[in-house]
Amino acid sequence: MGGVFSLCREKLREMTMIQLRDSHHRYNSGTEVNLPDLQVDKGEHLLILGLSGSGKSTLLHILAGILRPTKGSYLIDGTDLYSLSESRRDQFRGRHIGVIFQQMHLINSLTVKENLKLAQYMAGHKPDDSKVIRICSELDISDKVDTYTDELSQGQKQRVSIARAVMNDPLLLLADEPTSSLDDIRSGEVLSLLKSQAKRTGATLIISTHDQRVKDQFLNRVELDAQNQEEV
Amino acid sequence: MNLIKLSFSYLRRRALNTLLNILLFSFGIATITILLLFSYQLEDNLYKNAEGIDVVVGAKGSPIQLILSSIYHIDNPTGNIKLSEAKQLMNHPMVASATPLALGDNYLGYRIVGSTTEYLDKYSATVREGTLWNHEFELVLGADVARNEGLQVGDTIVSGHGFSEGGSSHDDNGLIVVGILEPTGTIADRLILTGVETMWGIHMESEEEEDHDHTDGRSITNESYLATEFDQEQITSLLIRYQNPLAAAQFPRFVNDQTSMQAAAPAVEVTRLLTLLGVGLSSIRFFALVLILASVLGIFIALLNSMKERKYDLAIMRTLGGSRLKLFNHVILEGAMISLAGGLLGIVLGHIAMEGIGVLFAEAQQFAVTGYDFHSEEVVILLLALGIGILSSLVPALLAYKTDIAETLSKT
Repeated sequence: MGGVFSLCREKLREMTMIQLRDSHHRYNSGTEVNLPDLQVDKGEHLLILGLSGSGKSTLLHILAGILRPTKGSYLIDGTDLYSLSESRRDQFRGRHIGVIFQQMHLINSLTVKENLKLAQYMAGHKPDDSKVIRICSELDISDKVDTYTDELSQGQKQRVSIARAVMNDPLLLLADEPTSSLDDIRSGEVLSLLKSQAKRTGATLIISTHDQRVKDQFLNRVELDAQNQEEV
Repeated sequence: MNLIKLSFSYLRRRALNTLLNILLFSFGIATITILLLFSYQLEDNLYKNAEGIDVVVGAKGSPIQLILSSIYHIDNPTGNIKLSEAKQLMNHPMVASATPLALGDNYLGYRIVGSTTEYLDKYSATVREGTLWNHEFELVLGADVARNEGLQVGDTIVSGHGFSEGGSSHDDNGLIVVGILEPTGTIADRLILTGVETMWGIHMESEEEEDHDHTDGRSITNESYLATEFDQEQITSLLIRYQNPLAAAQFPRFVNDQTSMQAAAPAVEVTRLLTLLGVGLSSIRFFALVLILASVLGIFIALLNSMKERKYDLAIMRTLGGSRLKLFNHVILEGAMISLAGGLLGIVLGHIAMEGIGVLFAEAQQFAVTGYDFHSEEVVILLLALGIGILSSLVPALLAYKTDIAETLSKT
C-alpha cells in the first residue's frame, strides 16, 4: 500500500509546476500583502483576477522570481526558487520563466531581432537565428525583424513582447494585464496567441488581470480581493 | 548578441551625444599627445643640434640669444666680433676647433650662413648634388631649402638683408647655387651655406664699393682664416670644441673676463631654456588635464542620465536572466568604448595637429616639428584614457548593478 501512495505522491509532484504556500510579503513602505496558496499543474492555465491593489503584481513578481517573499515557500518544477543563490536564480529565471509585462518594456535601442536575441543571450543560450525567425513568423512579425521597437504599433509591440517571453521555451509563462488596454477583438487575439504559445512550449500559463472579459475563457481562476493587502 | 554589441547599440542610439563625448575627450588626449611629442622633439632638436659644440663665442649680450642665433638659427645675433680677436681664440691651446659663422642674410626666410667645411662636418652633412662652394657668392643648399623652394644646382637667388622674409634685398648680388646637401635631420637641412667671404662680399657691395683683396673663396677651412689677414673683418660667432673637458671650467671665464666677447655653453643655456619652457609646458599640461577632467565629467553625466532613462531596460535584462555582474560590465563597457574611441581619436588628432604646426609655422620648421613621430608613451596615454573612462562609468555601473527589478517594474 505504502508503495502505491509514494507512487501517487511522486506522480503528483511530477505533475505540479507551481506550488506557493503560506506566503506573505511586506514592503519597506510597510504595506503587507497576504498571498493565496497556489498549486498549478504542468501545462495548466490559470487566471488571477483582482482589482488594482489586490496584490496581483506582488503575486506575479514572486512567481516570476524577481521578488523574494518575506515569508512562505515557492516551488517551481520542484525547485525552491528563493533558496537558490542570486546568480543561480537569475539563470533559472532566464531559462525557465517568460514574463509579459503590461508596459511591454521592449528595449528601444535594439531591433526586434536583437531584442529576441538578447533574451537568448541573457539566459546564457547560444544565439539561434532560425528560432528567432520561426517564432517571428508564428507571431506574424517577420517583416519587422529589423525595425527598432519604438517604431512598432502597440499590437506589434505586444507580439514582440510575447515572442521574447517564449524565446527560451519557458516552463512558466506569466502575463501581467495583457488585454486591459485592448478592444474586444484584439483582446481575444492576444489571449489565443498566449494560449497557443503556451501549448507549443508546454508551458504553464498564468495571467493576472482585472479585465472581466477574460474571465470566461479560463476554467481555472483565482480571485484576489482588496483585503489581501493592508496598510500597516 | 553579446555585451559589446549591446553596449554599442546604446551608444549608436544616442549617436550625437556619444560623438560629442568622444570629441571632447579626444581634445584633452590630443593636447597631452602634442605636449608629449613637442617635449620629445624640442629636447631632441636642442641637444642634437648642439652636439660637438662645447661653447659659442660671440658679441656680449644675452647668452641664450647667442646660443639661439648661432646654433638653432632662431633669434637675432648679439652683434659682431672682430676676426682679429676671434683668431686669438682660434689659436688658444684649450681649443680643438673653432668654426667661424657669419650671419646676417636670408633667402625667403632661410638663413644664409657663412662658415667653413667644419660646420658641415658637425652635422655630418655631405653634398648630394653639385659641389661645395669654392668661390665667393657660391651657395650650398640644405636639403629642405632645395626641396621646399624647388631650387636646383645652377639657379641664382637674391638674398635679403636680415633674418626674415621681406626685408630689404641686396639687388642683383647674384648668388649661385653650386650644391645641395643630403638630408641630415638637423638644422643644416634648413640653412643655406656658403663661405664667410660671401657674407663679407654681400655687405661690402651694398655698403661701399671698396674692392677688398678677398681670396677667391678657396680658403674654406678653419685653418685658412688663421692664415689670412682680414683683421678688420667681422664675423658673428665662433663654434668651439675644447681640447679636453677641463677647459669648460676655465675657457668661458677667460673669454668673459679678458676679452670684449662672451662665451656661452649650449649645455647650460639649453637646460636653462628648458626650465623656462617647463613653466609654459606645465601650464599647458594643467590645461589638458582640466580638459580631460571636463570630458570625464561629461561621460559620467551622460552615462548617469542614460541610467535613469534605461532603468526599465536594466530591470528587463535582469528578468531575462542577466546577472548583476553582467549589467555592471555592460555599463562599464560603454564608458570604456567612449574613452577608447576618444583616446585613439585624440592621439591621431595630436599627430595631425603636430604636423600642422610644423608645416604652418616657420619657427616650428626650424625645430623640425613633425607628426610622424611615435613614442611608446602613447600606449600609456591610451591605457590611461581607458582607465579614466572605466573610472567615470563606475558609479553608473554600480547603479545598474543595484537595480531592484520588482521595484522598478512596479513603477509605471
